[in-house]
Formats: sequence, structure tokens, C-alpha cells
Amino acid sequence: MAHGPAKGIGRWLFTTNHKDIGTMYLWFSFAMFLMGGFFAMVIRAELFQPGMQIVKPEFFNQMTTMHGLVMVFGAIMPAFVGLANWMIPLQIGAPDMALPRMNNLSFWILPFAFTLLTATFFMEGGAPNFGWTFYAPLSTTYAPPTVNYFIFGVHLMGASSIMGSINIIATVLNMRAPGMTLMKMPMFVWTWLITAFLLIAVMPVLAGAVTMMLMDINFGTSFFNAAGGGDPVLFQHVFWFFGHPEVYIIILPAFGVISHIIPTFSRKPLFGYSSMVYATASIAFLSFIVWAHHMFLVGMPIGGELYFMYATMLIAVPTAAKVFNWISTMFRGSLTFETPMLYAVAFVILFTIGGFTGIMLAIAPADVQYHDTYFVVAHFHYVMVAGAIFSSTAAVYYWLPKWTGKMYNETMGKVQFWISFIGFNITFFPQHFIGLAGMPRRYSDYALQFSDWNMISSIGAFTYGAAQLLFLFNVVRTIRSGTPVSEPKTWEGAEGLEWTLPTPVPYHTFSTPPTIK
Amino acid sequence: MSTEGSYYVPESSKLPVFAATGLGLIALGAGSWVQGQSPWVFLAGALVLAFTLYAWFALVIKENIAGMNSDQLKRSYVWGMGWFIFSEAMFFAVFFGSLYYIRALVLPWLGGEATENELLWAGFEPTWPLMVTPDQAANGDAAQFLGPEQNMSFPGWDKILHWLPLWNTIILLSSSVTVHIAHTGIKNNDRKKFNLWLGITVFLGIIFLILQAEEYIEAYNHMGLTLSSGIYGTTFFMLTGFHGAHVTFGTIMLFVQWVRGLKGHFNDKDQFGFEAASWYWHFVDVVWVGLFLFVYILA
Amino acid sequence: MLRRAKMLFALLFAPVIALAISGGAVAEEAKRWATNMPRGVTSVSNSIYDIHMLVFWIVTATGVLVFAVMFYSMYAHRKSRGAVAANFHENTTAEIVWTAVPAVILILLCIPATTTMLDVYDTSEAEIDIKVTGLQWKWQYEYLGEDIKFLSELTTPESEIYNRAPKGQYYHEEVSEPLVIPVNTKVRFLITGNDVIHSWWVPDFGVKRDAIPGFVNDAAATVTKPGVYRGQCTELCGKGHAFMPIVVNVLEKEEYKTWLAEKKVEQAAIRELTNKTFTMDELMEKGEVAYNRSCAGCHQVNGQGIPGIFPSLVGQGIAVGPVEAHIDIIVNGQAGTAMQAFGDQLSELDQAAIITYERNAWGNDVGDITQPIDVYNWKKGK
Ligand code: HEA
Ligand code: HEA
Ligand code: HEC
Ligand code: CUA
Ligand SMILES: [Cu+2]
Repeated sequence: MAHGPAKGIGRWLFTTNHKDIGTMYLWFSFAMFLMGGFFAMVIRAELFQPGMQIVKPEFFNQMTTMHGLVMVFGAIMPAFVGLANWMIPLQIGAPDMALPRMNNLSFWILPFAFTLLTATFFMEGGAPNFGWTFYAPLSTTYAPPTVNYFIFGVHLMGASSIMGSINIIATVLNMRAPGMTLMKMPMFVWTWLITAFLLIAVMPVLAGAVTMMLMDINFGTSFFNAAGGGDPVLFQHVFWFFGHPEVYIIILPAFGVISHIIPTFSRKPLFGYSSMVYATASIAFLSFIVWAHHMFLVGMPIGGELYFMYATMLIAVPTAAKVFNWISTMFRGSLTFETPMLYAVAFVILFTIGGFTGIMLAIAPADVQYHDTYFVVAHFHYVMVAGAIFSSTAAVYYWLPKWTGKMYNETMGKVQFWISFIGFNITFFPQHFIGLAGMPRRYSDYALQFSDWNMISSIGAFTYGAAQLLFLFNVVRTIRSGTPVSEPKTWEGAEGLEWTLPTPVPYHTFSTPPTIK
Repeated sequence: MSTEGSYYVPESSKLPVFAATGLGLIALGAGSWVQGQSPWVFLAGALVLAFTLYAWFALVIKENIAGMNSDQLKRSYVWGMGWFIFSEAMFFAVFFGSLYYIRALVLPWLGGEATENELLWAGFEPTWPLMVTPDQAANGDAAQFLGPEQNMSFPGWDKILHWLPLWNTIILLSSSVTVHIAHTGIKNNDRKKFNLWLGITVFLGIIFLILQAEEYIEAYNHMGLTLSSGIYGTTFFMLTGFHGAHVTFGTIMLFVQWVRGLKGHFNDKDQFGFEAASWYWHFVDVVWVGLFLFVYILA
Repeated sequence: MLRRAKMLFALLFAPVIALAISGGAVAEEAKRWATNMPRGVTSVSNSIYDIHMLVFWIVTATGVLVFAVMFYSMYAHRKSRGAVAANFHENTTAEIVWTAVPAVILILLCIPATTTMLDVYDTSEAEIDIKVTGLQWKWQYEYLGEDIKFLSELTTPESEIYNRAPKGQYYHEEVSEPLVIPVNTKVRFLITGNDVIHSWWVPDFGVKRDAIPGFVNDAAATVTKPGVYRGQCTELCGKGHAFMPIVVNVLEKEEYKTWLAEKKVEQAAIRELTNKTFTMDELMEKGEVAYNRSCAGCHQVNGQGIPGIFPSLVGQGIAVGPVEAHIDIIVNGQAGTAMQAFGDQLSELDQAAIITYERNAWGNDVGDITQPIDVYNWKKGK
């Protein structure tokens, strides 16, 4: 028990240690982020000017699809699972995850899944080209033959996520240190517990959707074919029953991270802890009953349209509570703005903007004009890049000194933040404009009146992309030669069990559980 | 909530990577197999996975017998199995939900209710079971999807004794009872009772599968009911097929527990392996009741 | 820090803006830098615009309030200004207020949203029914009850798309034949798809609706101002998704009547051609044009297709096999693949010409000729 990590590659392949697994998840997700980001760069380079410059339309579609898939399933979800692996046991005073071997299995499935997915680029017919939402029948009857690998790849990811979530639920419900009641759990743990429930509920639904595709493609069924009595829109219902909760799966752990960083740098406890918990739970609940707001134009009966519009707008209420609580936490605190805090503040601002456009999209009649334009693209990059990516970047800066016992370079961190922040806004703010002015999404080429904003957006994207390389550099530099830190609390205002441990955190922690007052 | 004393964190293990490799090969192999290439990669993956799982369970059992599993870890297994079953329930929910959506909404729409769909499918009448597909209604025999000649629904009281699904229901429901009797047996440390009734359960499971296969053969050979006979065939085979796959899986699980029972692995305090399998079995049973109602009876 | 960032910003922007402003007139400029949706020319598009602006201002106001508080704390409660942290962390009244206020705002917002939605869905009492079918990658318009049916596809030449020629004013938004409708008349669009899902969008009408294969959706517009309106396909539908624009020509009622009459005569004339006999050269010439327009999108101009997705037509398969199979696949398509049925899309002449062309171009020297009447008879025989 008391020994350190094994040596060599075996340490990583065979490990059962939550910290090792967390680290692997984080590196994997960053690698995927670079790959997905590279695809985005291809998209933005092609859209730099009207006309086809560097890729063919069919390849462009593959880029868009793979960008979405890789970012959502490869970058963001594993990033938060990595953080969960690292932090949940530390924050609840557990020696490890509840089922350590299964934990390693859930990680190692991912490299296989994504190798399979990216290998399709080199196969006949090319990679998936039907959008990350893979609507039938474009993804069934009209798909390239590689769609079968895509389907089984999705099954793998689903299996990985379900095992990961079961592990998290078992850990949180079963491994808390004595005295840590549910309502004393740190916010990050709470958000992850709820996220894990969401995952278990919806990953099988995604598996069901791809299974139906598989049958329609290879075995003659007619789920999504009206000729046999099916309906292409059925696919969309099933997909979005997964897909909408999925976007909250992406954002809830981010809320958790922010709920730690803001109090730390405000030197003041989180405002409204219990209302935060209830808000998270209600967001999760509501996320199951709003899915068809992605489908306002498929020709649902008017009653359905109105119901989904009202239900969607309701989500703003608990989310608003969260935003107000963060701001009240800052109010009359004693604020400093180290890099994690900069990211957290930017998160609150930009996520709120993204939420606002979300509310606009939820207005069904207005969505007639917004739907499938760059306005939607702008919306979801505000919530996903400025939401999920900013918060996981913040989390890495925040906990890196704790993990490694070395402090990152603050100046470089701040520079990296400002380039990211500005680059991000130059990229995605103009996309609201081109969307409203009428440019549909997933377009490899566009009419002349959209040229200027597109060019600006592309310039922003390259800037933002460059900042990510700087982030990589800063992290690697910290690990190799950062300034050593040793006090348990690397941040003055930090509270919680993880900050009672020595810095850097030992390989095994809490072998005997701490007692919570 | 928490432990007493220290917690057993397993040593590093080769099993997870092997299992992942197996799964990876299965996915790759299945992808090429459905495209008409040879199934060897798939089979190799399945083999790797099967061996790994065997070793894995053997290890867990060994650890358990060696007394390394704390109560806390056992609780984790309970949670794990419980939520795994929940995820399976969600998987079935997709297919039940689709069946509902198609029957209640899509077919009437295709038939022109509140839509202008007769422009495309002139003459289509929504019915359930759907014997004439929209394609067939509009294009006659040139259609790609031809409806079935017969369906599996309730044939009327006079033929009820020849109606397989009813027998299957009876078999599966009784197997739930027998597995419960086995459970009470082991709770009282009555090994004999346990072995007997669990054996009967496995047997019932196998009978169910045989009858189900019989039903499929009948459908394909005599009723013109196939996967491609429109949405009725689609939903019928997908729901019963996945259920059948789960029964197979459950039967194997129970069989393994039975063998373990014969070896004397269980006693009144420790029978989690068996319990997990029996929960799964009850779940599969409940799904069948849903199937019986929504696929076979309510037409 | 901030200063440096601002400089970077300026450096990045200066060339872009300079470049952009230097070319083009000011009016043109306004459109190029458009930041908002058009008001449009139907009452529905107007109410959509109004509700869009309404929510926009509501969220902007909310944003200003929320961010004001936030920026105030960031300024006033900085540690470097000596701020000492308070220790409050709960206030039930505040929680209730900030749950209730957004809830009320949203409920109020639902009222205009609902009425507008009812307008969007109101397709009753239309005077003209037009069936709009999305195909990979073009639109087909059919005037129900009028015996008029035609295709509308992108005419921007490859050379402009691949930057070998300067781009025209309506680059990417010009079609072979626009949809024509009369002004001040309620027109109902019956929208469906032939292969995959497309979506028919004309921003100025406030009409966007998915074109779903096997289902007919409807939408209606009463346009109040004659003119040419442009729109696009807004549902990913394959590689030509960005290349299937929509152009609608809205005419005065009288002009529309004239157009309708002329169009009928024209379509009858095309049907006449079915009975004529053509020479090989005529067919090859027409066939090349028609092939490049309708088929080259998939099978490529050189007939080689794209391996794995679109089969090659050169020296193999149906294109050099018996002619019956060839006619059949073009008339009826291949169910369950991207190869669509062209029987109803193209005139018999075009189909005959394409078949003749495919069998005799690219070194496929089969040598036979297919006449329009052969195609016609094939269709009748089915
Ligand atoms: C992290 C992911 C994430 C999050 C958190 C959200 C949050 C929200 N989203 Fe978004 N959304 C996506 C990711 C996300 N979305 C993605 C990926 C797509 C596109 C998928 C695709 O098609 O590819 C999408 C698309 C999408 C659509 C479909 C658009 C279309 O295709 O036509 C809609 C429509 O209703 C919508 C709505 C909302 C709403 C109402 C919220 C709400 O949860 C937002 C709530 C937050 C706030 C409102 C801000 C804070 C509140 C206050 C400060 C209080 C005061 C506010 C008011 C009184 C208004 N989203
Ligand atoms: C969380 C998920 C996530 C994240 C982080 C991002 C990040 C980015 N996304 Fe995207 N995006 C999606 C999720 C995400 N996206 C989804 C779901 C879609 C919809 C897909 C669909 O329609 O199916 C989409 C679609 C989408 C589109 C629309 C495509 C289309 O409709 O055709 C665009 C266009 O601008 C875009 C751009 C970007 C950019 C510039 C970034 C940047 O933030 C990326 C920055 C990162 C890097 C650049 C990597 C680091 C640097 C390098 C690897 C070195 C190379 C660097 C240079 C050359 C400078 N994304
Ligand atoms: C949207 C894409 C698309 C368009 C446009 C298209 N085709 Fe095809 N075509 C296909 C596909 C896909 C197949 C393969 C069908 C199959 O798998 O049987 C095909 C097959 C064929 C074949 C049979 C090839 C063989 O030897 O099996 C012929 C001939 C053909 N097309 C001719 C045409 C003609 C003529 C046109 C234009 C009028 C056309 N196609 C337009 C996609 C297209
Ligand atoms: Cu048609 Cu996009
Ligand atoms: Cu959503």
C-alpha cells in the first residue's frame, strides 16, 4: 500500500491509482483538444475567404464533423473525468476511486475508440461527414461506408462513460470520509455526482440511436425511413434526448470548478451553497424535458413547439441562480486576480452571454431565423469554449501547483489568458453577426456579403489557437522546472480537504480516512 | 457512509488494458464484419475479452474468498450493479419510446392526419400491426419495403394455446419465482435448495431461448415477417431481439453462479455474485412483461 | 498588461478593416458589415424581427445589470485596495428574489412568443400551393394544379468557386431558374425532401422549414414587396450543402399571370421534344451540358466518380452494359443509395442525351443512341 508508483510504461498501462488515471485522462483530452483544434483551424482557414481554397467541400464536412465529435467526446468529457479522478477522492477524503481497476478500463477504452474514429480518415469514403449530430438519413443510407466504424466507436465511448460514471457514483455515495454528509460535499463533487447520473441515463440512449442506425444501414430495418413506416425525425428525437443532457454534462462540472475558484480568490465562502446544489439538480432534471428545442423546424405540432419553448426558457431560472450566487460570492470579498481567477471571471461573463443567446434561441418563432446559422455556432462556442474549456483551463492552473508541487509562471499565465480571451471574442462574437445576417452553418463556401466578418473570425481563431500552444508550454515548463511550492495551501483563500494534504500530493492519500467536523 | 480502518486499493493490474484491447478489436472487427469482410478480428477481440473477463472475475472471487473485500467495497459493487441495470433500462427505454412514437404519431401522420402526406403516400392507411407499408401503398409490389404477411399479435382466444409468446411469458415469470426461491434458500444457508432452484431457473432460461428461436424461424419461414418488413418487423425484432440477447447474457450469468454454488462459494452472508445476477434476471423479466404488453398484446 | 493586449488587437484589425473598406461602395459596405437579421417583407418576418429585438434588449439590460454588480466588486473589493472579506454566505430573501424575477420576465416573454409562433404556423387559406422538394443538391418547384414543375440549381461556375475567375455580384446565390410568386398573395410551400433532409430558408420571408424525406411540412408567406429574395439550404445534406441556394422572384400579380401562362407554354414545348429524333452529335452536345449540370456533382466531370462513394462510369458497369439497365437507373434511381430517380426531374430529352453521352464519352465507345421517346416509353412501361 505505502509504495510509490511503478516505473516505466507499465505504471501507466496497469495503474489503479486515481491520480495516475486522472493524469492520463487530462493528457489524452489535451491531445484531443489539439487535434479538434487543428480541424477547427482547417475550417477557419477555408472560411477565411469566399470560394474553395484549401479543401474540397466533402473534406470540409469531414472536418466539421470530426471537430465537433473530437471536441465534445474527446476533449471536454475526458478533461472533466480526469479532474474528477484527481479531485473527487481528495475532496471527499477517500483513498481512491471505488472501483480502481474498472477506472483504468474506462480510460483505456478511449484511445482505442478515438484511434478507430480517426483511422476513418485514411479509409475509402473518408471520415464521417454528416455533422456531429449525424442526422439520418444522411448518416445512414447516404453515409460513407466508414460509418460502421463510427458507430462502434460511439459504442466504445458510451461504455467508457457509463463505467466512469458508475465509478463516480459509487465513490461519492460510498467512500466519503466519516462526517462528510451530502450537504457538506464540495460543489465539484456535487456537480459531478449529478453529471454522472445524467451520463448513465443518456449514454445508453446514444447507444440505442447508433444501434438503430447500424440496423438501418446493414440489416434492412426502417427506423428512419418513411417508406417502411419509420421517420427520420425519430432519429433526432432520440439523438437530442441524449444530446441536450449532454450539453449539461459538459457544463455542470465546469460550474463545480468555478464554484471553488471564485471563493478561493474572493477569500470568502461560496454564497448560497445549498441553493447551488438545488439549482444544479433542477438544471439536470429540466435537461431531460427540453430536447426538442433543437428541432423547432422539423414540423412538430404547434403544441409541441410551445411546450418545448416554455420548458427551455425555464432552465434560465436555476442557471440564473448560479450566476447570481457567484457574483454575490465576489461581492465584498477580498479579490485577487491570479490566472485561475481571471479564467473564472471570464467564464462567468462569457457563459452568461452564451446563456443569453441560448434564451434567444429558445424563443421558437425567433429560432426560425436563427436555426442552423452561425448564430447557433456562436451560442454554443460561448457556452462550450468559454464555458467548458475556460473552466478546465482554470482548473488546471488552480490545481497544478497542488498536483506537482511547482508553481506555474504567473505572467505567462496572464498573457495566455488575455490572448485567449481576446482571441476567443474576435473569433466568436462576429459569428453572431454573420449568423443573423443569414449565413447557415456547416457551409464550406458562402456569399460575398459574409466575407469580412468571416475573415475577422478566422484571424481571431488563429490567435486563440496560438494561445493554446502557450498554455501547453506553460504547463510542461511548470512540471519540468516550475518554482517549487510546499505549503499545503498553495492559494491563500483555498478551503477544503485537498488543501490539508502535503504539496505535492503523495501518491497515496487518505489511506485512513480523515474525520470531518 | 464510510470505513472503519484502512481500505484495500488493488495492486496495479494488467486486466483493464487487456479488456480495453479486446473491446477495441471487437469494435474494429464488427465494423469491418458488417461491411462483408471476414469476422476474424471481431472473434479475436471477443476471445481476448472473454479470457480477460474470466480472469478478472476469477480474481475478484479469489480476493473475496481471501477476505480482502471490505463491506465498503461490497457496497460499491452493489451500487455498480444497480446503476448498470439502470443504464440497461434506459437502453430499452429508447426502443419502447420509439415504438410508442411511431405508433401514436408517425403512422397517423404518414396516413395524412394533420399533414399533407398523401401527396407522397397516396392510399396509405395507418394500422397496427402495420401490414402494408407506405412504400407498398404507393408503389405496389415495386416497393423496397414490403409488409409482413402475418404478425405476432394476439391470435384470438381459440388459438391461445398455440401462441408462443404466452408460453414464453409463463416460463419467464416462473423463472423469476424460482430464482427467488433459490435466493431464500441461500439466505438460510440451504445449499441444496439453492442449487436445485437455481438449476431450474437456468433451465427455464434455456427453454425460453429455444422457444424464442422457434418463433423467429417461424416468422422468417412462414410469416414473411423479417427485419425488413417495414416498421412492424423492425420494432418487433429489435425489441424481442435485444431482450433475447439479454436473456442469453442473464442465463450465462446465472449458470456461472450455479457452478459457483456447486463449488460452495456462497453462504448466508456472502452471495453477492448470485444476487447481482438475480437482479439482472428480474430486470430482464420486467422488460419482457413490457414487451408482452406493448409488442404482442396492445394492437 | 491590458495595454499590450489592446495594441495587439489594433494591430490585428487595422489591415482587415483597411482592406475591407477600400473596395466597394458605401451602401454595399453596409450590407457587408451587417450585424442583424433583416426585417423582411412578410408580416411574420416582421413580428419575428420584433420579438428578436425584444429578447435582445431584455438580455442586454439583464447583462448590463449583472455585469455592473460584478465589475463593481472587481473594482471596489480588490485585495490590493485593502478590501477585507466579509463572511456572509447565505440570504434566503435574495435567493427568492433572483429566482422570481427572471421567472417573471420569462413568463411575460412567453406571451408575444406564443402569438408569433401561432402566426408562423398559420398556413390556412393560402391561394397558391407550391411543392418544394429538396434534392442533393438542388430544389424542385412544382405548382400544384398548374402542371408546372422545374428544377432550380446553382449556376455559379466552378471557375468562380475555385478562384480561377473573379466572383460576380451574386456569387453563390444565383440559380438556373428562380421560384416565381405573386405579391400580396398567401402562398403555401409544401416542403419535402427526396433523399436526405434539407431545409428551405428565405430570411426575408421568415420562412424556414426542414425538407424531410417522406414527410410534407408546410409554411406560408404573404410577401408585401416585389423583388428578388435570396435564401439557402440550412440543413447539412452532403457535400453540396453550401451549393443549393434559393432565389425567389416576387412579381406584381399581373406579371405573375403572364409568367404563369408563358411557363405553361414553355413546359408543353419541352414535352413536345420527346417525340423528335436527334442525331448522335446533337445528343452528345446536349448530353455533355446536362451531364455536367446534373450528374458531375457526384460522378465528376471525367466520369471517374469518387472511390467508395460514387461509382465510376468509365469502362465498367451499367454505363457500358445493356442500355435498358442504364435507362432504368437514371429514370428510377437506385433505391437506398444517393443515386436518385431522375425520371421526374429532367426532361426526356435531357435524360436521353445524358445516357447517350455517358455511353460514348470518356472512351466508353458503346456506340448506341438513346432517343427521348425511348426514355418516355420506358417510363410508361413501368
Ligand atoms: C455547454 C453547453 C451548452 C449550454 C450550457 C447551453 C445552454 C443553453 N442552450 Fe444551448 N446549445 C449547445 C450547448 C449548450 N447550450 C450546443 C452544442 C448547441 C448546438 C448543437 C448543434 O446543433 O450542433 C446548442 C443549441 C441550442 C439551441 C438550438 C438552436 C438551434 O439549433 O436552432 C437552443 C434553443 O433553445 C439552445 C438553448 C439553450 C438555453 C436556453 C440554454 C440555457 O441553459 C442557458 C441559461 C443561462 C442563462 C440564461 C444565463 C444566465 C442567466 C442570468 C444571468 C439570468 C437572467 C436571464 C434572463 C432573465 C434571460 N441551445
Ligand atoms: C467543446 C467543444 C468545442 C470546442 C472547444 C471548439 C473550439 C473551436 N471551434 Fe468548434 N464546434 C463544436 C465544438 C467545439 N468547438 C461543435 C460541437 C461544432 C458543431 C459541429 C457540427 O456542426 O457538426 C463546432 C463547429 C465549429 C464551427 C462551424 C463549422 C461549420 O459549421 O462548418 C467553427 C467555425 O468557425 C468552429 C470553430 C472553432 C474554433 C476556432 C475553436 C477553437 O476554440 C479551437 C482552438 C484550439 C486550437 C486551435 C488547438 C491548439 C493549436 C494547435 C493544434 C496548433 C495549430 C494552431 C494554429 C495553426 C494557430 N467550430
Ligand atoms: C447525389 C449523387 C449522385 C448524382 C447527382 C448522380 N448519381 Fe449516379 N450514382 C450515385 C451513386 C451513389 C451510385 C451507386 C448506386 C449503387 O450503389 O448501386 C450511382 C450509380 C450510377 C450508375 C450505375 C453505375 C454502375 O455501373 O453501377 C449510373 C449509370 C449513374 N449513376 C448515372 C448517373 C447519371 C446519368 C446522373 C445524372 C443524371 C447521376 N448518376 C447522378 C450517385 C449520384
Ligand atoms: Cu440541402 Cu443542405
Ligand atoms: Cu439543447
